[in-house]
Amino acid sequence: MAIEVRIPTILRSYTGGAKVVEGTGDTLGDLLTDLDTRHAGLKARLVTDAGALHRFVNVYVNDEDVRFLGALDAKLNDGDSVTVLPAVAGGAFGFAAAAAISQHRAATAAVAARRAAVAAR
Amino acid sequence: MLSIDRSIVDAIVAHARRDHPDEACGVVAGPVGSDTPTRHIPMDNAARSMTFYEFDSMEHLRVWREMDDRDEEPVVIYHSHTATEAYPSRTDVAFAGEPGAHYLLVSTREPDTEEIRSFRIVDGVVTEEPVRIVDAGVDPHAVQSYMFGQSPATVDYECSGS
Repeated sequence: MAIEVRIPTILRSYTGGAKVVEGTGDTLGDLLTDLDTRHAGLKARLVTDAGALHRFVNVYVNDEDVRFLGALDAKLNDGDSVTVLPAVAGGAFGFAAAAAISQHRAATAAVAARRAAVAAR
Repeated sequence: MLSIDRSIVDAIVAHARRDHPDEACGVVAGPVGSDTPTRHIPMDNAARSMTFYEFDSMEHLRVWREMDDRDEEPVVIYHSHTATEAYPSRTDVAFAGEPGAHYLLVSTREPDTEEIRSFRIVDGVVTEEPVRIVDAGVDPHAVQSYMFGQSPATVDYECSGS
């Protein structure tokens, strides 16, 4: 069985216009690697060169933001539904400042996720 | 060109004024392919900042799913600039992720007047477009008008049978 992945308009150039594609993988990272074999270039739009999820792309497994499920390590099961949405963000801010904030927020989210993982033990 | 109903523009401006000096943001949904914004959805600015806005990720998912279920799409994505002009910043351009949307900017830097401008942002290229504010009363696309429970402005005496 496969995992259904909903692709936003801006990334449908990688899927031949398809709104929904299917893939397999035990984790989100594996799923994106699998998708990239058929939709070359898609993964690079979602994952940075450093191997982390792009800050301004939202990825959800079912109803959860993957940032709170371990990001690329988020576990997937057959029948899960993954949704990709480009973050809607902007503002009068300079780009460098926005990038600095985003890194800070990513770090904060990572700390929160780690705390949640520890609490769950 | 963006054609948008005056009542929706008024609601967007009210939202921007309410959140000033923080930036306000939101969506106006409309039927897929119609290019007509009909349903105003004010969104939380998760950044709560005077110079930055970002949709809350869970609200974003909920609203986008709801639009999907209703065969709608984000026709307008709006936000306010509270100290600068209503023109997309480099940040706005870098993050613009809905190539089909009209990006509406409202500047609230002047206390008494608002600057309202609309842009297409596709592949990093900004193109300004005219904004046509449509008064519902003179909507050229309207083929009929209805009145519900109010005193009629005109009365059709032809129906009285006399």
